[in-house]
Amino acid sequence: MQTVILLLGITLMYATPLVFGALGGVVSERAGVTNIGIEGMMVIGAISAAVTGYFTQNPWIAFIVAGLFGALMALPHAIASVSFAADQTVSGVAINLLAPGIALFACRRFFDGAAMSPMVVKLPRILGEEWMKGTSWANLNVNVSTVIAILLAILVWFVMYKTKWGLRMRAVGEHPAAADTLGINVYKTRYICVLISGMLAGFGGASVTIGIISRFTQTAIAGQGFIALAAVIFGKWTPFGACGACALFGATQALAIILGGGELPIPSTVLSMLPYVMTIVVLVLFVGKSVAPKADGVPYIKGSR
Amino acid sequence: MSGLVKFLRRPIASTLVAVLVGLLIAILLVLVTGYDPLQTVATLVHGVFGSPKYITNVIIKATPILLTGVAVSFAFRTGLFNIGAEGQYILGTIVATIVGVSVNLPAVLQIPLVVLSGALGGALLGALIGFLKARLGIHEVITSIMTNWIMLYLCNFVVSSEAFHNPNSNTAYPINPSGYTMILPQWKVSDEGIEYLLQHPWLRDVLLKTDLNVGFLVAVFVAIVVGILLKRTKLGYQLRAVGLNKDAARFSGIAVERSVVLCMLISGGICGLAGALNITGINPHTLSTLVAQEGYGFNGLSVAFIAGCSTVGCIPSSLFFSALMYGGMTVQQVVGVPSEIINIMIGIIVFFTAIPSMAPWIADAIERRRSRENKNLAQETKGEEA
Repeated sequence: MQTVILLLGITLMYATPLVFGALGGVVSERAGVTNIGIEGMMVIGAISAAVTGYFTQNPWIAFIVAGLFGALMALPHAIASVSFAADQTVSGVAINLLAPGIALFACRRFFDGAAMSPMVVKLPRILGEEWMKGTSWANLNVNVSTVIAILLAILVWFVMYKTKWGLRMRAVGEHPAAADTLGINVYKTRYICVLISGMLAGFGGASVTIGIISRFTQTAIAGQGFIALAAVIFGKWTPFGACGACALFGATQALAIILGGGELPIPSTVLSMLPYVMTIVVLVLFVGKSVAPKADGVPYIKGSR
Repeated sequence: MSGLVKFLRRPIASTLVAVLVGLLIAILLVLVTGYDPLQTVATLVHGVFGSPKYITNVIIKATPILLTGVAVSFAFRTGLFNIGAEGQYILGTIVATIVGVSVNLPAVLQIPLVVLSGALGGALLGALIGFLKARLGIHEVITSIMTNWIMLYLCNFVVSSEAFHNPNSNTAYPINPSGYTMILPQWKVSDEGIEYLLQHPWLRDVLLKTDLNVGFLVAVFVAIVVGILLKRTKLGYQLRAVGLNKDAARFSGIAVERSVVLCMLISGGICGLAGALNITGINPHTLSTLVAQEGYGFNGLSVAFIAGCSTVGCIPSSLFFSALMYGGMTVQQVVGVPSEIINIMIGIIVFFTAIPSMAPWIADAIERRRSRENKNLAQETKGEEA
C-alpha cells in the first residue's frame, strides 16, 4: 500500500511540468505551428519564477510572471513562423539555444554572477504543509501546480472541442486556406495559440523551480521540454492523450526510482533507461501511427494554394 | 546601392544578415554587462587566431559537429528531422570504445575497424528509428528523443561495468594505442621528432600541444561525398523526392519506406562516425560518465541550419561555430564576459537563418523607398518647372 502511494506521489510530481509543456505543444501544433521550442520556453519560465519568487516572496505572482515571460519567449517564434513563413523547426531549435543562454545571463545579473539562484519560496501544498507529515500519505500532498495542470488540461480540452473558438483553431491547423475563406483570421489565431503555448510552457518551468526544487539551476529543465514534445505526438495531439503520455512517463520514472531503492540486483543506469525504453515499447505495442494536424509546420501564405 | 539590393536577393545574404544581427545583439549585451566591446571582440579574435595551437583546436572541435551537421542536413533534405543525432553520436563512441579496448590489431587494421564499427553502431540506431517510422508510423522525433537518453545511460552503464571501468576514475579503459588517429603520434614524442619540432616552433605548437588528428579531413570528405550523393546521383534524387512529396514519390515508383530507413541509416552512420573519430582522435580516448547530453548532436542541428542544410556549407559553418565556442571560453577567462552571450548569439543567428525571406524583404523595402523617393523627386522637378 505504501509503495502504491509513493508511486502515485512521485508520478504526479514528475508528470506535472510535463503536462504543462505538453498542453502548450498541443495548443500550438493544433493551430498549425510546430513548437520544438517548448524546452526553451520552460527554461525561461523556470528562471522568471525563481527571480520573481526571490524578490516578491510571493509564489503566485512568480507563477504568473513565469507564464508571461514564457509567452514573451514564444513571441519571436510566432513572428518568425506566422508573419515571416519561417522554417518552424529551425526557429524552434533557435529558441532552445537562446533560452538557456538568456536564463543563465539573467541569473548571473540578478544573483551576483552565480549560475544558480538562492532558495526561493515554494507554491503551497494542496492540503497544507502539516498534513500527515512523516507518513507515506504526505507524498500525495502535492503542490498546487499539479492541480492547476489538471484543471488547465480540462480547460484546454473544453475550449478546443466545445467552443466556437476551439473549432476555429483546429480548422486553422488542418486547412488554413479553407478557414481563411470562412473569415477566420489565420494569422491572429496562430499568434494567439503560439503565445498561449509559451505561457503554458512557462508555467511548466515555474512548476519545477517554485514547485519542486525551489531554486533555479542550469539543469532544472534538462530535457523535460523534449519529453513533453514527445508526449504531444504520443498523445496524438489531443490534450488528454498528451496528459496520459505524461502520466505514463511519470509512472515509469517513479517505478525506476522505487525499484532503485529496493534490493534488486539491477544497475541504476539500467533503471534510468526504463522510462525511455517503456515509452518506445508502449508506442510499438499499443499506439502506433500518429498523424499530425494536416497543416502542422506549414506556414500559411495568403493567396497561395 | 542597387548592388546591395542585388546582393540581398542572393541566398548567402540571409546567412550574413543573420550573423550580423547576432553579432550586433551580442555586442549590445556585452555593453549592458559593462565590459568593453572592443576588447571583447579583440580577445575573441585572438582566442581563435592568436596561435597555431588555437587554430588547431578550433579545427579539432569542429570535427564532430561538422559530421553531425552533415547528418542532420542530409536527413532534413530528405524530409526527416534527426533530433537523435546526439544518441547516435554517443552510440558511436560506445561501440568504438568497446571494440578499441577489446581488439588489438596492427594500426592499419585497427583504425578502420574501430572507426567503422562506431559508424555502424550509429547507423543501426538510425536505421531502427527509420524502421519504426516507416513500418509502424512512429514519429522519428519521439524515438529520437527517447534514444538520446537511453544512449546516455547506456554509456554510463558501460563506463561503470566491470569489464570496462577504469579503476579510480569516471572513465572506461582507453582504447588500445593502435587505434589512435592523431597525426604522427609516435614520431612527435620520439627524440628525433622533438629535436625537429624544437626548430619549428609553429609545427611544435600544432602537433605537440594539441591532439591534431585525421578526423577533420575525413569529415570534409564525408561532407563532400554526401553532397554529391544528394545532388548528383539517382539515389539522392529519390531520397530528396521523398522529402519533398512522399505521395508523389510513391506514385512515381520510389520505395518510400525503404528510402526512409536508408536515409536514417546513413544519417545515423555519420553521427556514429563522429563519435568514433572523437574516441580515436582525442584524449582521453575513452568514454566518461555523462551527467547531461554533451551537445554534439544538438550543436549539429545549429551547424546544419546555419549552413541552410547544405552539407558542404556545414564545413564553414562548423568552423564558425567551433571558433565562437572556443574563442568564447578565452573571452570568459581573460575579459570575464560570461560565455552564455556566445550561446545567445548563436541562438539569434540560427533564429534569423530560419527566416530566409528576411534579406529579400529588406531588399524590397530599400527598393520601395527608393522608388518613392524617385517619384517625389520627379514631382518636385515637375513642380519647379510649372
